[in-house]
Amino acid sequence: MATDIIIHDEKDNVGVVVIDKITPKQDCSCWIMENDKTVKIQSVDEIQLGHKIAMVDLNEGDTILKYGHDIGKVVKSIKKGEHVHVQNVKTKKW
Amino acid sequence: MKIPKSFLGYKRENGRVGTRNHVIILPVDDISNACAESVANNIKGTIALPHSYGRLQFGADLDLHFRTMIGTGKNPNVAAVIVIGIEPKWTKRIVDAIAKTGKPVEGFHIERTGDIGTVMKASKKAQEFAMWASEKQREECPLSDLWISVKCGESDTTSGLAANPTVGNLMDKLEPLGVHLCFGETSELTGAEKVCATRGATPEASEKFMKTWNSYNDFILKEATDDLSESQPTAGNIAGGLTTIEEKAFGNFQKIGSCKFIDVLEPAEEPTKGKGLYFMDTSSAAAECITLQAAAGFNIHLFPTGQGNIVGNPIEPVVKLTANPLTVKSMGEHIDCDVSKILSREMNMSQAGDELIKSMIKVANGRLTCAEALGHKEFVMTKLYRSA
Repeated sequence: MATDIIIHDEKDNVGVVVIDKITPKQDCSCWIMENDKTVKIQSVDEIQLGHKIAMVDLNEGDTILKYGHDIGKVVKSIKKGEHVHVQNVKTKKW
Repeated sequence: MKIPKSFLGYKRENGRVGTRNHVIILPVDDISNACAESVANNIKGTIALPHSYGRLQFGADLDLHFRTMIGTGKNPNVAAVIVIGIEPKWTKRIVDAIAKTGKPVEGFHIERTGDIGTVMKASKKAQEFAMWASEKQREECPLSDLWISVKCGESDTTSGLAANPTVGNLMDKLEPLGVHLCFGETSELTGAEKVCATRGATPEASEKFMKTWNSYNDFILKEATDDLSESQPTAGNIAGGLTTIEEKAFGNFQKIGSCKFIDVLEPAEEPTKGKGLYFMDTSSAAAECITLQAAAGFNIHLFPTGQGNIVGNPIEPVVKLTANPLTVKSMGEHIDCDVSKILSREMNMSQAGDELIKSMIKVANGRLTCAEALGHKEFVMTKLYRSA
């Protein structure tokens, strides 16, 4: 099955859409680069190429992990399969 | 893939090797641009490098101006240089420093002569230089004569997933062959700064990096409004799926592969510790960063992009790669190396690294980059603060 989503690191709680877009309720195949494993997820939102999907439910204040590292905080709770971006995640820096 | 051991370059008087053979007309200051451009218009095979500064600067800002001017003239991609300034003293200072390389260089000042007389005198010398340089032939040179700088731009998540790690793969393969390498973008390592610091080859290098990053970050915190006003990340980054500066930083950082940096350079500072990877303190704005890297002596540039940055440089060829299939489709004329098949997993990182090595060597041998063919020659001075 073709890869719809790539995840950098096993610890990551988000993945990146690598096809033109995924549509709501699509069963997606996710490839984890770090360990070459494949996992499945069903999307909730339509998500464009390059944008992120939540791999688990996330609450306000949770840390987003990508590349196995902290890339920001959740400012509005996110359900597994939803679009993760500036509407629900902010930097911890500036 | 078996990595080629050599490329065809121009051997210079000081032992460095160029991938290009430019004769440049370098204005010392903003008001000498018109004169420099007239000379370049008169004499075919020369190129003027107009810019916006060079008057009433002082202190560290003036030092950087001179370092950038002199370094640009010294770069091995430049065969010969005409320097034109309003006043004799600063013009001579630049000429004398470039002359230490042994390459032909001559300076002209406009005061007491005017533009027309200066254009005439400088054009005669420029013609002589251009015709002399046109006789230079490329010769076989070891790959270690490549000084490779890198900088990414209009990044998106495909940059961190694929295009930047492709550059990292190239670094991992070429570092053992003795090339010089340089990455920069101080502000854009924010969020990954502590991880980046661990990649210093010595405790001194790591410490110097943290000092440099802290100083830049203090400046940003002092000047910033509530956010960085769509500057970090940019609106283009956000459209491409990047959410925070931390995410952008970890993507950016993929460009150095598993290499360790041996020293931290001031903007436009020439590396002196031999082969290996250097970090340079630069802005993350593409043209500013590449101008500084070229002034430090780097002779070929690798530029991964996501959404499609189109930057070029007048003396250092900029090889662009992308992993974003939409960018390949909509802006293909800007892309020298397409690694978008990484996303569909039809290409692995090592194959992509090999493709980039091939593209880079073709350009080092003389193939025009997309940016060169399209006329991109952004030459942008970094200014540290207001002039006096």
